[in-house]
Amino acid sequence: MGINSKPVVFAVLSALVILVGTVVTVFVPMFMPSTQPVSAFVKPYTAIEQEGRDIYMREGCNNCHTQTVRPLRTEVLRYGEYSKAEEFAWDRPFLWGSRRTGPDLNRVGGKYPDSWHYKHMHSPQSMFALSNMPPYGWLASNRLDTSISFKKTKVLGYGYTEEQVNQQIADYKARVTASGYDSKETRDQVTPPALRGELTEMDAIIAYLQKLGRDVKSMEATR
Amino acid sequence: MKDTGYDYSIVRGFAFSALFWLIVGLLIGLWIAFEMFNPALNITPWLSFGRLRVVHTNGLGLGFGLAGIFATAYYMLQRLTRTPLPFPGLAKAHLYLFNIAIAAAAVTLMAGMNTTKEYAELEWPLDVGVVILWVMFAINVFAILIKRQEKQMYISLWYLVAMTVTIAVLYIVNNLEIPVTLFKSYSLYAGANDANVEWWYGHNIVGFIFTVPVLAMFYYFLPKATGLPIYSHRLSIVSFWSLIFAYLWTGAHHLMLTPLPEWIQTVAIAFSIFLIAPSWGSVVNGYYTLQGNWDQMRSNYLTKFFIIGITFYGLQTLQGPLQGLRTLNAFFHYTDWVVGHVHMGTMGWVAMTISASFYYMIPKITGKELYSVKLANIHFWLILVGQLAWTITMWIGGIQQGAMWKATNPDGSLMYNFLDGLTSLYPYYRMRFAAGIVYFIGILIFAWNLVQTVRQGETAVEAEA
Repeated sequence: MGINSKPVVFAVLSALVILVGTVVTVFVPMFMPSTQPVSAFVKPYTAIEQEGRDIYMREGCNNCHTQTVRPLRTEVLRYGEYSKAEEFAWDRPFLWGSRRTGPDLNRVGGKYPDSWHYKHMHSPQSMFALSNMPPYGWLASNRLDTSISFKKTKVLGYGYTEEQVNQQIADYKARVTASGYDSKETRDQVTPPALRGELTEMDAIIAYLQKLGRDVKSMEATR
Repeated sequence: MKDTGYDYSIVRGFAFSALFWLIVGLLIGLWIAFEMFNPALNITPWLSFGRLRVVHTNGLGLGFGLAGIFATAYYMLQRLTRTPLPFPGLAKAHLYLFNIAIAAAAVTLMAGMNTTKEYAELEWPLDVGVVILWVMFAINVFAILIKRQEKQMYISLWYLVAMTVTIAVLYIVNNLEIPVTLFKSYSLYAGANDANVEWWYGHNIVGFIFTVPVLAMFYYFLPKATGLPIYSHRLSIVSFWSLIFAYLWTGAHHLMLTPLPEWIQTVAIAFSIFLIAPSWGSVVNGYYTLQGNWDQMRSNYLTKFFIIGITFYGLQTLQGPLQGLRTLNAFFHYTDWVVGHVHMGTMGWVAMTISASFYYMIPKITGKELYSVKLANIHFWLILVGQLAWTITMWIGGIQQGAMWKATNPDGSLMYNFLDGLTSLYPYYRMRFAAGIVYFIGILIFAWNLVQTVRQGETAVEAEA
């Protein structure tokens, strides 16, 4: 056969053959709005939520937790309304995951109070003796680094000004350090005294978890 | 040995790099397998499951897998073209940079620099490094093919060309990201598009690292080891082109029942089913190559590795498309069933084939006899038993977990909470860990056997001198 003695032609032909499926199922959908629809109800993450999301990524939480509820009866019963494409418009990268060693988290926002998360992140085994989740108490010993938070939101196209980002950080700090914060007692238990007046990585990841799936609830309510 | 001018030092360098990363990757695998039933091993953030799992997959996929591919590719390219390596210096640099990159990958992933896109977790500076490494490899591939002394390109070379081209496309497209700092970037794509690009990549990186180049080894080393020509050249042509055509359509079967548009999922199902044909084309070609010579399964230790290896490939390529069907996927997806599936391919097909290729190749390039065929046989049985115990345990665990997630009471409420499902798996996780130990011992014997082949030979030569 002729082509087997022409390596360059062979390589070019191979490239064309692999590109057919690639173009049809990957490149073309990129330019179809129906692949990733947008909704005014789904807002970008705040700077703090984004920092929390980055910690979620850094710790590889996606290796055990999915973030997509499938349209199956028992799945909706267990986690809540199934996931809609609109919810992920701001997600770069997507964090749908591929394995559920732990439960799905796409509807976890608002399901428990912050205090539940502080306690659980600090020691999952203190709440569920047989859980195999690694303890993340050390996140509360790390001061949250917000020095590039604005730059991050800029790269992600969230459209915040630097003042807005600083305001979001200040607001969240005021919220969790306030004497009237509803989860103050638990937060103080897991946070070292020196950092109780600061924002920690633990605060940020909980802010992120509490955001998951909340916008879609208002979207569903108006449908 | 006739001096052909072939550069075998590069082959040897990559082969022993592969062995090193194989042992490291398996040790990490054992560590995280233990963490699955006892979280006490999450001693520091660097050793926590979420970070280490990625070191395991990258260490074995990129460290062991790629090094094994480079070792055998540099060997097959020179033999099949009857041409010495055009740029041996470049290949040497490739070897050193490769090992530095894998070490850097392991350290940065343990430090939490992780883009989270599966099998593409490396941060952007390392992505640039990987692309440079690939270009260094590709230059030698195409230069040797252009300068070749043998007119026809044998089957194995087709697979190597397809791999070289496709991995470049996959890796670059999926890793397009916008840097924020030196250690942090965000994907260029958002949401469902990002998922679609990622699993187009994720599925095909498996295809073009764990299938295509391993088939190149199979088509080259099976005839070499058995002394039997490949049964059908025509079947290999049909299998090759239909395999590389169909593979790229199927990534979305990893995204079944997610918010990805349904048509992309359905197209992926159709092509996944189609893919059984070219996969089994190679399986049948392998089996028929042995026709009339099946006694070699007893008399030739290498034949066992290849034939059992291709059998796992055949089972893998049947199981995969079935898991992709919507109804079955709804049950099996996100459970340990899929973990078992992946490990049949890697621990069964890939490791068996690379093992046998090394057993054939290392004595050839050093001009020495294999240290011990008996140890090679023990290695075979240990990794076979270890792998079967490992994967079957995970399949049973996966079925149990899927069933518990689905189970409802007569009133329609859920029968089990999430933790019930998880904790019921711990006996399986212990069993899996034990099976992993058996497998690991087999691999240690493999490494020892090859090290001794090289070393014992050297002392023998010294004694003669």
